[in-house]
Amino acid sequence: MGEPTLNHYLALSAVLFAIGTAGVFLRRNLITILLSIEVMLNAVNLTFVAAGKYWQTVDGQIIVFFVMTVAAAEAAVGLAIVIALFRHKETLSPDAFTTLKW
Amino acid sequence: MSISPELIAQLGVIGFTFFMLLNSAAVLVLMERKVAAFVQQRFGPYLVGPWGTLQPLADIVKLMFKEELRPLAADKALFYAAPILSATAAFAAFAVVPFGADTTFFGLLDRPIKLQAADVNVGLLVIFAITSMGVYGIVLAGWASNSKYSLLGGLRSSAQMISYELAYGLAFAAVIMMAGSLSLSEIVNAQSGYWLGFIPKWYLFLQPFGFIIFLIAGVAETNRAPFDFPEAEQELVAGYHTEYSSMSFALFFLAEYVNMVTVSAVATDLFLGGWHGPFPLPAGFEWIWFLVKVFLLLFFYIWMRWTLPRYRYDQLMEFGWKWLLPAAVINLLVTAFAIIYFRW
Amino acid sequence: METFAFWILAAITVMASVLVVGQRNPMHSVILLIVSFGALSGLYMLLDAPFVAAIQIIIYAGAIMVLFLFVVMLLNAPTEDAPTGYHAKMLGGAGPRRFGVVLSFVLVLQLAWILRDLSQTPLTPPGETEKAMTVYDIGVKLFREYAFAFEATSVLILVAMVGAIILARKETR
Repeated sequence: MGEPTLNHYLALSAVLFAIGTAGVFLRRNLITILLSIEVMLNAVNLTFVAAGKYWQTVDGQIIVFFVMTVAAAEAAVGLAIVIALFRHKETLSPDAFTTLKW
Repeated sequence: MSISPELIAQLGVIGFTFFMLLNSAAVLVLMERKVAAFVQQRFGPYLVGPWGTLQPLADIVKLMFKEELRPLAADKALFYAAPILSATAAFAAFAVVPFGADTTFFGLLDRPIKLQAADVNVGLLVIFAITSMGVYGIVLAGWASNSKYSLLGGLRSSAQMISYELAYGLAFAAVIMMAGSLSLSEIVNAQSGYWLGFIPKWYLFLQPFGFIIFLIAGVAETNRAPFDFPEAEQELVAGYHTEYSSMSFALFFLAEYVNMVTVSAVATDLFLGGWHGPFPLPAGFEWIWFLVKVFLLLFFYIWMRWTLPRYRYDQLMEFGWKWLLPAAVINLLVTAFAIIYFRW
Repeated sequence: METFAFWILAAITVMASVLVVGQRNPMHSVILLIVSFGALSGLYMLLDAPFVAAIQIIIYAGAIMVLFLFVVMLLNAPTEDAPTGYHAKMLGGAGPRRFGVVLSFVLVLQLAWILRDLSQTPLTPPGETEKAMTVYDIGVKLFREYAFAFEATSVLILVAMVGAIILARKETR
């Protein structure tokens, strides 16, 4: 096993993304779903930084900066929605919020 | 990697830094009680050792022999992890703080080494990052104790810390702009030299408001008076460390004092010129200036605690967001203007 | 040395992420995610990106996760119950379990096939010297070419702040 190559980082990123996606689909708790989304965003960040290092450009790191900011904004609004929903129904399970279903 | 004398010296510096931080916490315990006593016109501890100098030893021994309690419903892993996290963050932040000029230890080494545990070129960001991690020790302590005083104290304390982190960061952003580097050694070296032959080129004179904002934010960050509402004895029993005893409490205690030392050391490096003093000392002894300045700042810290009344929690938050943060932003803007138009 | 660090950090990241997704107690999930972020920060340092490593800790682990922690503590988020009834059959029944095992086996086979087939691309393309990517370079590019995105992001944050406050506000008559 030599030095970690770009392939290693991309594979790690893919694994993390898959774990995050599995979390979004399988968990029945709103906060854990939001946490899995953060895992996915981090996987994407890792891809950007690795690719930035490969192409010897600083753009990778700049995009990561923006992704982090957007993730912060999204986490804030997502959690505010979770709080509002919790106030209504006292539960964090997404199965309780089905009024928009057929 | 070959074992060179520089490597051994560097490891020695790391060990020495850790050891001195532990000692400084012990010295601060005594200093706090003595200064408090003199402010309140009484003697401090004077029974143990000459002028009470062995008092910290007695305190530590007492804490070690106490019974280690834990509430039954407390989350066991988090309950024990919280003080460890606090103490680790406090010590780790000091790793990038330089406390003396490059030295060859009086000719023992061939090349000079820095008196710093680790020189990262984004040193200041590392300190900021580790300070943000210190919030977790308090939040987790408040939650894991499963008691209402602890939870309230933990929540308030962490909200206070993250609010004042903003002003803290903006205050040192102005210094970064002036020095042009994020590395603490380079910032200190940018403050060497004199104007008119005798006024040292410290950033204190160029950025007085930045210094004041940094100190106020630093005091709030370390949860010391007048911003110590979250651990106020009269209001919240003892806030987030109510349920802790013996060595866990000692770790929180230690973390608080080491945080004080770190904030004072960073303020010295950023604004007071680090180890550059009004008159230069012989080579190899510059760290004495650093020590004097840190000691003065620590004395100021303790003096403030026993002189000023405590801020109420909403006053505290209002001050942080409505007064200190805009002041820091305006300071940054004025610094930017000055740099562009006067080419500092 | 770098290889060793990479494998350790990658292992910590994957382990922590798997546990985040698998934990019952949301508080433990948040703490494990912070551990995962710490390991990721180490990986960024290995990729010569100290600025990103620092702001990963400052912003993600230091601010966003504190937000999550506050919400978990204030809502006293209940630990998730074991799935019952319909969900127990869908997620935990024998049929779906076997299907899941087959699917993961297929996934692992696909990953192994793909990864073995690629030519190994070194992180530094041969023939080019390593350019230093300092914080100064990031700043210059950020405020020149990406200035619009920067300003748009600040408006985004403002909008998110206002939105979050309004959504989470208590109904006052």
